[in-house]
Amino acid sequence: MIKVDHIYKTFGEKTVLDDVSCTFETGKVNLIIGQSGMGKTVLMKCTVGLFEVDKGAVYFDGRNFSEMNFKERKPIRQEIGMVFQGGALFDSLTVEQNVMFPLNMFTHMTQEEKLDRVNFCLQRVNLVNANKLFPSEISGGMKKRVAIARAISMNPKYLFCDEPNSGLDPKTSIVIDNLIMELTEEFGTTTVVNTHDMNSLTEMGEKIVFIYKGKNYWEGTFEELEMSDNPELIDFVYASKIMKRMRKH
Amino acid sequence: MNGSFCRDFKIHVIKTNILATFCKFATTLNTMLTKTWFEIGRYWKFMKGLFVKPEKFIVYYRQVMHELVSIGVGALGIVALTSVFMGAVITLQSAYNLVNPMVPLYAVGIVARDSIILEFSPTIIMLVLAGKIGSSIASEIGTMRVTEQIDALEIMGINSSGYLTLPKIVAGLLICPFVVIISIFLGIIGGWVAGDMSGIVPSADYIRGIQDQFLPFNIVFALIKTLVFAYIITSVSAYHGFHTDGGALEVGQSSTKAVVYSSIFILIFDYILTQLILA
Repeated sequence: MIKVDHIYKTFGEKTVLDDVSCTFETGKVNLIIGQSGMGKTVLMKCTVGLFEVDKGAVYFDGRNFSEMNFKERKPIRQEIGMVFQGGALFDSLTVEQNVMFPLNMFTHMTQEEKLDRVNFCLQRVNLVNANKLFPSEISGGMKKRVAIARAISMNPKYLFCDEPNSGLDPKTSIVIDNLIMELTEEFGTTTVVNTHDMNSLTEMGEKIVFIYKGKNYWEGTFEELEMSDNPELIDFVYASKIMKRMRKH
Repeated sequence: MNGSFCRDFKIHVIKTNILATFCKFATTLNTMLTKTWFEIGRYWKFMKGLFVKPEKFIVYYRQVMHELVSIGVGALGIVALTSVFMGAVITLQSAYNLVNPMVPLYAVGIVARDSIILEFSPTIIMLVLAGKIGSSIASEIGTMRVTEQIDALEIMGINSSGYLTLPKIVAGLLICPFVVIISIFLGIIGGWVAGDMSGIVPSADYIRGIQDQFLPFNIVFALIKTLVFAYIITSVSAYHGFHTDGGALEVGQSSTKAVVYSSIFILIFDYILTQLILA
């Protein structure tokens, strides 16, 4: 379980996170939802340590991550897999080399063992015959899948996905959502997904944190969300015509 | 009474203007100094981050090999072209200036050789490399920054500054001396060919000149300069790339800054090293 405990983050004069507390549960897909510019990505980056929090703490299974230095964080970082918004694949490496990268850096596996692991991860995300292609030669959806394959290559305990569906068509988005759900179930990871895609919310929202103006405005399950009368949450979730129609029914 | 008031008022206005100008100047100076200290501090912090134990030596070793090809072999074409023409021009200009009948013709060879070894190959070629390698390093690392590739490295627990920069610095320090030696050789050949083909400096005079009063320490001095300049180019460019913030526009700006600052530091250190070692 990941516990975010009263964190604050400001950039210059602007307060982006203002006393945010929440928990991300093990073996579940935890969604962070909210409008663009409300602090979702900053919350995720503070959680994984890419941004240092001004105040408060983040605990990974009871370990105070915020208080640790770079060296102390290393073992926890190796338990984290992250899928970035744009994929963040290394341009100069092929798909195979990208997935193999963490294995090269942190394991003492033989080349054959590494290749087996890479092929397993690529098959797991339904990518075959793409090993030798470069990121510039594959589509957006494939890039996301390679990023997921790289993120799971080290068997992570915690999986973070920053807007995994951005720039993808609805059908591919569902494929990615299902993949994240399956992997969470299969590996028992604590998965945190940052999204403003309502399809993702309905597909995989087990635990939901709604961020509004830098604050944790609402937290609950999908069922609780359906029953909620929080005006900002309703305004956000049912913003589109199709969602409004769904709500009526 | 009225005239005295007007005069006092004018003096007061002038004083206020002077004070306002001074305050503005002081504020600008303060901002500039703060920014400079910030950059210096951040540069040293960045440098400190490089020299920690690598995660895996073999990966770094492979990176160094890759960078050796990229920095050294990739720059050979432009270095060869620049060196040959530089040598040719130095020879022809030296011959043009040494018109005194008291000065023997082989002195052109001496001047060309020493100019190439002491200044043109280590400094001008490294300035050319600052343009080629510096912009390439800054834009490569800058692009990695804006596309979150550096964040991806950090999430994995990799010392991103060390992984991205140290191999480039090591490769630069290893390969640049060879590049400069090749440049010296090609520059002298260029001068020989130009002098002989134009008929201004006969081949025998030129060859005698380049052998006469040769000081091997000049080569050592050139190599010391090269090592310092190689470190400046790779570290300054990597620093600017690493601290890129924004998008494609900022990557371009970082690339420009890398070339400009590398060139300025090369010229400053050229003077300092010459003063320290030769003067």
